[in-house]
Amino acid sequence: MARGLSLVAGDGSRAAEKRAKPAALAEPSRLPQPSGPTLSEVFASHARDGGWAGFLLPQLAAGRPLLWVQDRMAIREAGRVHPAGLPDRRLIHVEARHARDALWAMEEGLRCAGIGAVIGELWGDPAALDFTATRRLAVAAERSGVPCWLVRQGGTANLSGARMRWRVASGPSLPHPFDPKAPGAPAWEAELFRVRGCAPGRWALAYEKGGFHLLAEPGGRALAQNGQRAASLGEPSPGWSVRAA
Amino acid sequence: MIHAVTEAAARRGARPGMRLTDARALDPNLLAEPAEPAGDAALLARLARWAGRWSPLVEVDGEDGLRLDVGGVAHLFGGEEALAADMVARFAALGLTARVAIAPTAAAAWALARFPSPRRGEGRVRGLALNEQAGTPSPRSALLSRPLPAGERDLLGLLSPLPVAALRLEARAAQILERLGLKTIGQLAQVPRKSLQRRFREADNPLEALDRALGLKPEPLTAAPAEAPPRALARLAEPATHAEAAAQALERLVPELARQLEARKLGARRLHLAGYRVDGSIAGTGVATAIPTREPKHLARLLADKAAALDPGFGFDAFALTASWCEPLGAAQESLVEQPDGDMEVAKLVDRLSVRLGPERVRRPAPVASHVPERASGWRPAVASLRGAEGDAAVQNGLDCFASLAMTGRPHHLLDRPEAIAVVYATPEGVPRRFVWRRLTHDIAKVEGPERIAPEWWRERSSARLRDYYRVEDEDGRRYWIFREGVIGDGRGGAPNWFMHGLFG
Repeated sequence: MARGLSLVAGDGSRAAEKRAKPAALAEPSRLPQPSGPTLSEVFASHARDGGWAGFLLPQLAAGRPLLWVQDRMAIREAGRVHPAGLPDRRLIHVEARHARDALWAMEEGLRCAGIGAVIGELWGDPAALDFTATRRLAVAAERSGVPCWLVRQGGTANLSGARMRWRVASGPSLPHPFDPKAPGAPAWEAELFRVRGCAPGRWALAYEKGGFHLLAEPGGRALAQNGQRAASLGEPSPGWSVRAA
Repeated sequence: MIHAVTEAAARRGARPGMRLTDARALDPNLLAEPAEPAGDAALLARLARWAGRWSPLVEVDGEDGLRLDVGGVAHLFGGEEALAADMVARFAALGLTARVAIAPTAAAAWALARFPSPRRGEGRVRGLALNEQAGTPSPRSALLSRPLPAGERDLLGLLSPLPVAALRLEARAAQILERLGLKTIGQLAQVPRKSLQRRFREADNPLEALDRALGLKPEPLTAAPAEAPPRALARLAEPATHAEAAAQALERLVPELARQLEARKLGARRLHLAGYRVDGSIAGTGVATAIPTREPKHLARLLADKAAALDPGFGFDAFALTASWCEPLGAAQESLVEQPDGDMEVAKLVDRLSVRLGPERVRRPAPVASHVPERASGWRPAVASLRGAEGDAAVQNGLDCFASLAMTGRPHHLLDRPEAIAVVYATPEGVPRRFVWRRLTHDIAKVEGPERIAPEWWRERSSARLRDYYRVEDEDGRRYWIFREGVIGDGRGGAPNWFMHGLFG
């Protein structure tokens, strides 16, 4: 998992009561991660929310080219990948006519040893995307050791063979270090609602680049920020847990 | 036996056909090199291909000549004089002396190049004896029994001072003519045809040669064939109408083609599979590869789907697999241990995806020197991109120079067409406060900008307006890249419009 992902506030939805000290939750980069490369599913909270990409991209290993598959509707609704905005620009982009082609391209990519990761963006709930299809992707990913991310735009969480299923929404960003009016480091509310081998949970996350260690204590300051924000908004958004440090 | 002589040697009395000892007796300082007719022929064949720069129809003529059909191409080089001068200059650059003659018929060009007439004295031969001829077997040569047109009469005037040997006669026929006292072509042409015709056999008749030289008899030019691309052919004993016929033929064709490619040290970039139907029609399909390859397994996999889609119609009775575009590919062993090469694997993946989905749907970013975001990504089909590592390096280099131009704040998703949004702002020049995109209102919580991107006046119309890009974050924390097109009073339209262009993570 990426080093830069820091946990600024956390709440295991089931294990909340067991955890006594929030400081223990505020440890950086301790997101639950799979034992090996596998299929993970990410649900964007809304088609007009691009937050999932910021959550996903730091978790990709650099070095080998990406295979980025988008179906036609995903491109129309949420835009085409823009290489200049990616940390590693070596990618092969596939514009699939429909979900069946997209799934086939993803599976081909997973069988290729030279690919770093496969990302597939699918729109809605296509008929081709059933349990068998996701199960095939998961098996192919685990067999070849290529991580696969299935991104669902505007889809419902039906039956799936994915090992980890995330729901990611953008959250108000951290304050910009130099400009209080500008958006700062991005933050997300990520919910792991189905996972094998560890407990599901809900986290508020922020990502800051290696050079910008403005959070002296990864948890404390961000929690304070969250507190302020919650106060200014009147009530915290559902699932956004705020704890007094 | 002396095969050919240089100009300096010719001045000292050496002649082709002499014995070397006789020539040494005339001048003991002569240098002799062993003749190499096979090497000369290979060089001449190579020069014939190279001479394709002037005309598509080039023929090797004898041991030391090239024949080009320059009908209709001379104007590309600024006229026939300029074309001839260009030929002489370019052969001189290769270290060869060429004697060039352009004439309405090939035989006349041969004669004029080898037997310089007083009007057309040309250079001398050095090193390899090489003559460059240019002739046009024009449609006029089909006229057999008409009186000579004006052009041919000029041609006869030009040829008449030349010796009869210039008609490329056999030595015996030339000798007979000499004995008859007919020393020049002009004298020969004045002899009544009938009396001449009786004395010679059909094969070495000087009248034939004369007619060819004057264009009264056709002398077609057979261009040197280009090397045929690797091609494998499978014939079926019975016409096959079932859909698997093509797949079964591929099992034989692909290994055969791979063998041919390996023998010629080539790798295929484009393959074409043609199925010949019994009723005379042809069904064809093609695939492309990102890097040259001749691996039978990979090629078979690429072709399998395409072959299955061929319509047999009344039945195929033959299949041909052609590698229409090849690139050099040496014998390569990827590595000693069984570890697949990453770039090679990626290239194969690109091939498979492109074959199934279409090459325009599988693309790689290729950096374009442009500040306009949608232009800068410059997608190109992955099959046509540079090879794996080099291409990646080029992309990295190209985009790294943009990174220095503060490309850091770019969204990871860009809408293909910027979508118009309605924006509420405090002042027209100020930052946006609220916008409506796809019928939903977003209140802007944080905003950064503007980043001004000027239109590229060398590419766009003069009415193109500049863009002021803002990074905005709404109250839910969703981050967008929006821009205002134009400013008030720029004289390029009314009030500025706002557009949504990208999404940040």
